[in-house]
Amino acid sequence: MRRDGRRGPAFWLLGGFFVLFVLFLYGPLSTIVLLSFQGPDGGLTFPMNGVSLNWFRNLFEKQAVGDFGGSFLRSLILGVMVMATTVAVSLLAGLAFRRRFRGATFLFYLAVASLIVPSILVSLGVGLGFQIAGVPPAWYSSAFGAQLTWTLPFGLLIMFAVFNRFNRSYEEAARDLGASSWQTFSNVVLPIILPSLIGVGLFGFTLSYDEFARTLMTAGTFNTLPLEIYGMTTNVTTPVLYALGTLTTLFSFLIILGVLATILVLRARRARRTAG
Amino acid sequence: MSEAATTTTMPGPGADAAAPARTAPPAERRGASARNIASYLQAAPLALILFVFLLIPIATIVVVSFWDYDFARIIPDFVLTNYKEALGSSVTWRTYLNTLRYAAIVWALTAVIGFMTAYFLAFYVRSATMQMVLFLVCTVPFLTSNIIRMISWIPFLGRNGLLNSALIHIGIVDEPLEFLLFSDFAVVLAMVHLYTLFMVAPVFNTLMRIDRSVVEAARDAGASGWQTLTNVIIPLAKPGIAIGSIFVVTLVMGDFITVRFMSGGQSASVGLMMANQISLLQYPAAAANAVILLITVLIIVAAIIRLVDIRKEL
Repeated sequence: MRRDGRRGPAFWLLGGFFVLFVLFLYGPLSTIVLLSFQGPDGGLTFPMNGVSLNWFRNLFEKQAVGDFGGSFLRSLILGVMVMATTVAVSLLAGLAFRRRFRGATFLFYLAVASLIVPSILVSLGVGLGFQIAGVPPAWYSSAFGAQLTWTLPFGLLIMFAVFNRFNRSYEEAARDLGASSWQTFSNVVLPIILPSLIGVGLFGFTLSYDEFARTLMTAGTFNTLPLEIYGMTTNVTTPVLYALGTLTTLFSFLIILGVLATILVLRARRARRTAG
Repeated sequence: MSEAATTTTMPGPGADAAAPARTAPPAERRGASARNIASYLQAAPLALILFVFLLIPIATIVVVSFWDYDFARIIPDFVLTNYKEALGSSVTWRTYLNTLRYAAIVWALTAVIGFMTAYFLAFYVRSATMQMVLFLVCTVPFLTSNIIRMISWIPFLGRNGLLNSALIHIGIVDEPLEFLLFSDFAVVLAMVHLYTLFMVAPVFNTLMRIDRSVVEAARDAGASGWQTLTNVIIPLAKPGIAIGSIFVVTLVMGDFITVRFMSGGQSASVGLMMANQISLLQYPAAAANAVILLITVLIIVAAIIRLVDIRKEL
């Protein structure tokens, strides 16, 4: 804000506030990471009663918690399904919206409405619909669809942002050089928007992997991981809960970091190519 | 998560529609109509999914809200009892009031915290890389599990938690405070924790698009930093604040898991009331409440959109 290059009191005030905000975001999370290493006699709160991997071991004994392995696998597969669908469908819809077509405005508002309708409504509606239609709800059908109503609007909005700043002259140049529309898309458009598509995929996967409300009424017989964790909160009173929290959060962090690193590498490579 | 993910900028539908098609020579007309079909094919999957998993479920809820039920099953019918029971009960009204109270408090807190955070990022962090890194630092928790983020307050707020220990250690209180966990305080705290990002992101996006020369002009015209903020920046940030508000208010209005978990079952919200009815298999009653909730949320969103024109952002 100041042109003279010195940082005024407002900077330090707001900066301090920002640091507090980040602490607020990460502080609680780091306490459960610490507490998951509680000794065998430790409880849900500090002090630490020794340090051990006891609760992580406990996690992998079947009787300690419900079906941790199975629910993790289901969440993983569902996350990948939602990710792939979100990327493909948002990309296609993003391409469609680059031109005017009848019903475009309605479809756009429908997608926005999908963000505003409370999750529990979607959950109840999809669950009831399946029940009335006589189709048993399952994580790979009804829960899959219910989660898409949350991930697709995000994907679509990101695609809008991407195509909004997309320079059309690249496509025109490709066409002038005799490329077919498929060649233009696969050799010119796709490489340019690839980092953003990976971003859409990350959103799709993580939102699905962590979704609770939309899965509650739609998952059917077998739980996804968030449902399993929620079940645990009511009957597990040992740090094994924190061990599970630490592991799944670590898993999320690894995925996020992996994706960000991929995007950075892609960009660096492109920058090098355009420079050279 | 490239730069695109951090901006919710979007053109209106078909904003950059192919204008050349209109003036194209006759030979290219056929190409234009083929492209038109392509548009429909490309939009079809999205339309289909939203139709099956959004429109039909909402229609189902509306239909079922008029059905009858007993302890074991739901019976197709057309009765108004579900609405009469919901609207005629003082519990419903109290629950709505309590949910609206949560929404108001959480909205106010997320608006202030979200704006200050976004304002710092947009105007006080100088390098674009640093801006992006700090924005990602704020975004990452949003991509992890809400339930675990709620659980993580236990060691902090519990009876023997960090906060109580610290307060006793400093000597502010003699006995642990009981109201920290499982209370309205905990509910609001957790909601602010979970939902502030929904305010930070759109406000940050609007702030980044404010022409810096406007701010310079305000200063050249003799405005103080505070005057620039209140007379120039905040008015220009209104659309972003409105979008964030829509997100936060609708999330809080429909929330049941945070209220159930953080209040320890001691507080009520509309979502929680519905969840309880669902677990008792009283689907028509839950459906009637869902319809009322949806109408309430739509009224609030309509009010926000009336107050602030967000179309420039869309």
